[in-house]
Amino acid sequence: MKLEVDHVSKRFAVDQGEGTEALRDVSLSVAEGEFVCLLGPSGCGKTTLLRIIAGLETPSEGEVRVDGVPVTGPTPRLGMIFQDYSLYPWRRVIDNIAFGLELAGVGKEERLARAREYLELVGLDGFADSFPYELSGGMRQRVAVARALATDPAVVLMDEPFGALDAQTRNAMQRELLEIWTKTKKTVLFVTHSVDEAVFLADRIVVLTARPGQIREVVEVREPRPRDRTCEECAAIRRHVLGLIDEGRQVR
Amino acid sequence: MPGIARNRRNHGVARRLRWAVLPVLFLVAWELAAVLINNPFVLPTLESVAAVLATPFASILGTGSLLQNAAVSLERVLIGFFVGAALAIPLGIAMGRWRLVEELVDPMVQLFRPVPPLAWVPLALAWFRIGLTSMVFIIALGAFFPVLLNTLDGVRSVKRTWVEAAMTLGATERQLLARVILPGALPTIWTGMRVGFGIAWMCVVAAEMMPGTNSGLGYLILYSYNFSQVQVIVAGMIVIGIIGLGIDLALRQVELRRFSWRELER
Repeated sequence: MKLEVDHVSKRFAVDQGEGTEALRDVSLSVAEGEFVCLLGPSGCGKTTLLRIIAGLETPSEGEVRVDGVPVTGPTPRLGMIFQDYSLYPWRRVIDNIAFGLELAGVGKEERLARAREYLELVGLDGFADSFPYELSGGMRQRVAVARALATDPAVVLMDEPFGALDAQTRNAMQRELLEIWTKTKKTVLFVTHSVDEAVFLADRIVVLTARPGQIREVVEVREPRPRDRTCEECAAIRRHVLGLIDEGRQVR
Repeated sequence: MPGIARNRRNHGVARRLRWAVLPVLFLVAWELAAVLINNPFVLPTLESVAAVLATPFASILGTGSLLQNAAVSLERVLIGFFVGAALAIPLGIAMGRWRLVEELVDPMVQLFRPVPPLAWVPLALAWFRIGLTSMVFIIALGAFFPVLLNTLDGVRSVKRTWVEAAMTLGATERQLLARVILPGALPTIWTGMRVGFGIAWMCVVAAEMMPGTNSGLGYLILYSYNFSQVQVIVAGMIVIGIIGLGIDLALRQVELRRFSWRELER
C-alpha cells in the first residue's frame, strides 16, 4: 500500500472539559496510483484527517505511513494543495513552482527547467513571469498543483482545492486534474464536500460521518473515465452517497 | 465645441494646481507679516531666508555651511536608524514566530515604549558622555519601537498556509524564516521603517541640541538663536523638513514598486 492510515484518532484539547473529538479510529489504505476522495458533512474532520496525513497535525492515537515509513511531520513525500492556493505573491509563477526544488538545493538552471515542464503540464506556458495576483483563481490553483507536483511527492493531498472556484471553472479544473493524474500516475487523496465532484473524480469515495469523524462506508466508482456526470451509475452512486451523508447528520 | 474643450482643459489645470493654493497663501501671509512686524529677530522676511538657502556652501557663524551640517545630521541619523532597525527586525521576527519570546519580551516593550526617546538624554549623557554614541543611542531608541511593532505585526500577518505549504515542500526552520516569513512580512516591516525613520530624524535634530554638540542642523539652529539669526533658524528648519520629506518619498517609492502585491493580493 502506498498510503496507510492506521487507527487514527484525534482529540483537540480545550481549556476546560474533555476537549473535542474530531476523528475516531479511522483506518484507510490507498493503493499506488489510486484516486481517493474523502467526503463528509462540514465539520466531520475530513480536513483534520488530511492535515494529519500531511504531518501538519499529530494524531492523538494511531499512525500514518507512506511506503511503510511513518509520517512524523511535514515532508516533501506528501505534496499538499490548499483551498486558498497559498502561492507566494512576491514570487513569479515559475519561482513559485520551483520553490520546493529551491528548498531542496537544486541548482537554478535545473530547477527552472523542471518547473517549466510542470508549467506546461498544467497548461500555463506563457505565464512563467506573471505574478499570482495577475492570474484568475483557476490559474492560481493550477500553479499550486504544479508546485506540489514539481518535487515529485509519493502522494498528493488536496484540501477542497476547487472550493473557491465558480461552477464552470470547477468542472474544467476537475477534467484537467484527471488528465494530469493520468499523465503523472500519482496517488491522490482529495477532500471535498461535493458529492458530484467525488463521483466524477474518484476510484473510491470514503464517506465520513459527522463529528467525531468515522468511516461510514467506502464506495467504489467503477464507471470508466471520462465519466458522463449524468450517467445512470453516477446518479445511483450519488443517491447512495447522499443517503449516507443524511443518515450521518441524523445521528448527530 | 472648441470652447468647451478649452474650458475642460483649464478645469484640469486648475485641479492639478489646487495643492499649491495653501502654500502660496501661507508664503504671502508670512511675507506680509514680516514686513508689517519689521523685526528680523521675530520673523525674518522670505528674501533673507532665501538668501541663506541660496548659499548652502557658505560657512555660517563659523559652524560650517548649511550642507556640511545637513551631511553630519544625515550621517548620524543613518547610523542610529540602522542600529535601531538591526535590533528591532530580528527581535520582532523572533517575537512573532515564537510565542515564548513574545511572552518574555512583551512586558518590557510595553514598559519602555511610552518613554519618549528624549527623556533618555540625561541618562545617555551619563552613560556615553557627549558625542556620537549618545546621539546614536537616542536615535536608535526612536527608530526601534515602530520598527519592532510593525515587524511583529508583519510576521503575524503571514498567512498560515504560506508557512504550511513551505513545510510540506520540505522547508527547514531557517528556510521558513528567510524565504517565507521575512518576505511575507517585509511590506509591513517597510512601513515600520518609514515611520521609524521619521522619528529617528526628529530625534537627531533634538539630540544635536544636547549640550556640548558642535555640529549638525539641530546644533546650527540652536546656535543661530544665540546670535539672533532667525533667518538661519528658519532656513535650517526648511532643510530639516525637505530632507525628512525626501527620504519618506524615496521609501514610499520602494514600497509602491516592490510591495504592491500586498494591495493586489486581495
